[in-house]
Amino acid sequence: MTSPSATTAPYTTVIGLEVHVQLQTRTKLFCGCSTSFGAPPNTQVCPTCLGLPGSLPVMNRRAFDLALRSALALNCKIAPFTKWDRKNYFYPDLPKGYQISQYDLPFSSDGSLEVVDPKGEFSRQVGIVRVHLEEDAGKSMHDEAAGVADSRIDLNRTGTPLCEIVSEPDLRSPQEARAWLGELKLLLVYLGVSDCNMQEGSLRVDANVNLHIPRDDGSLAKTPIVEIKNMNSFRSVERALAYEAARQYEEWQATGAELGSAPKQTRGWDDAAGVTRGQRHKEESSDYRYFPEPDLVPVTVSEEQVAAVRAEMGEPPAVLRGQLQETWKISAYDADVLVNQGRDLVSWYEQLARLTGDGKVASNWMQQDVLRTLNERASTIAEFPLEPAAVADIIGRIAKGDFDTSRGREIFAAVVETGKSVAEVVAEMGIAAVDDSDLEALCRELIAANPKIVADVQGGKEQAAGGLIGQAKRKNPNVNPGKVRAMCLELIKRGEA
Amino acid sequence: MSLSRQDVAKVGMLARLALTEADLDRMTGELSKIVEFVSQLSTLDTADVEPLAHPLDTRNVFRDDEPGTSLSTEQALASAPRHDGSCFLVPAVLGESGSA
Repeated sequence: MTSPSATTAPYTTVIGLEVHVQLQTRTKLFCGCSTSFGAPPNTQVCPTCLGLPGSLPVMNRRAFDLALRSALALNCKIAPFTKWDRKNYFYPDLPKGYQISQYDLPFSSDGSLEVVDPKGEFSRQVGIVRVHLEEDAGKSMHDEAAGVADSRIDLNRTGTPLCEIVSEPDLRSPQEARAWLGELKLLLVYLGVSDCNMQEGSLRVDANVNLHIPRDDGSLAKTPIVEIKNMNSFRSVERALAYEAARQYEEWQATGAELGSAPKQTRGWDDAAGVTRGQRHKEESSDYRYFPEPDLVPVTVSEEQVAAVRAEMGEPPAVLRGQLQETWKISAYDADVLVNQGRDLVSWYEQLARLTGDGKVASNWMQQDVLRTLNERASTIAEFPLEPAAVADIIGRIAKGDFDTSRGREIFAAVVETGKSVAEVVAEMGIAAVDDSDLEALCRELIAANPKIVADVQGGKEQAAGGLIGQAKRKNPNVNPGKVRAMCLELIKRGEA
Repeated sequence: MSLSRQDVAKVGMLARLALTEADLDRMTGELSKIVEFVSQLSTLDTADVEPLAHPLDTRNVFRDDEPGTSLSTEQALASAPRHDGSCFLVPAVLGESGSA
């Protein structure tokens, strides 16, 4: 296993990630308030999520099932017995004064998720320490421009179900971290666990990073671990980690400070400035005084339940990549491109591959024509106006020799544009298969008009025949270049020119 | 087992209680007595006792993922010391959230 930075930097970057994903439920974890994004402030709140006296939480079954599905997809062991705990701290966006989370008996632990770079630059098996189910806090907003005024608190998000996923410190470069997050997101979206929309806060990442620096005597210096927060995109995660690694190396060279010499530092990423900055450190901040949540009873999970969730889970992306390569004989790179577009696009591709019987050609059409069209229209495969059968029809006609691939592309574009059938477009564009006698007449005409090319071909330079194809297309745009070439060569060789 | 004055000061700080020196003196004594009383439990042999996660025997209480009734914004804000009609207002929060 290699990573780009490991080969150039005089140290190893050691990275662990903590990811929070919002589960796709209709309602909150402990009450029936809606979880939909973007509602006016404090319109999705009730006595339970406001923490009003006398209210009691009741666990959302769907949230627990989705959490279970996430943990299984991450190859975690599922605990037969799990409970929830109160994590106590004071903050205005936490009305109860505690977050209901899981402490010593999370519902799952000891998993893994592998990331494989499709270009083969790295691959990394990353351990998962635990996945647990907890509630989100609310949102506090502060208008800096307005000076030191009040902060405004919106509690719509309070109580939204979150899965917290904690990785082992197994990642070894910022690039790996970014790629691994991409794989995690893809997996969770595939399984319908979360939409993982970072803009809406459905996926949040904190990173722990330090350096292992080999000393001359062969021993290893380890820099103090820094937790980075406030990264709003996977690209920021990569940039923040790269910045932080370089900063730690510089600091170590200047001070020699090592792990254990100071408590863990938290630094915030400033995306505009491209730097991490130290955040105010509160000595007591790690003392959450967890204790068992008395308002929720424990949950037991049977092996049958685990088997049932597993059965309805669907293939994770990594399995699907392997299946596509195996079934349709496409490259790892092609399978990666298709699978990364989501399950719907893969299903569309599989239909096209079945209809054409040629996975490679179907993959080329998906990547070049279908995906390009989707990108241009900023739309998804679900909104795509063509059925796989229409594209299969075009591919079939190309294979039969009705027209060549570039003509096929024009037809594809016209079908997308007009919404007409392939047959209609073919008829309207006046594309009829040029019949063999017409083709032969055209080739004879060209050969007679181009003695130099004929001489070159006869002299052994077959590629000279290319000059005839361009002329043929100008005379009749419907001719098949392959056929023109073959017929011209045959006529020249037979000496019938 | 007894509590030190420092322990009590820390617990007070975590609970955001402004304890005076006199409070600390009194609380250190009172809290120590409570802790000593409860610590009698540690004299019991619990080798054969299963850890208790919850006093009730009930397990697996769930509700369906069905929307219930939320409060109106007006109702939600009704008991707040200060609000602006849509949000709760609190003294400026500039630091990081304590949430992990």
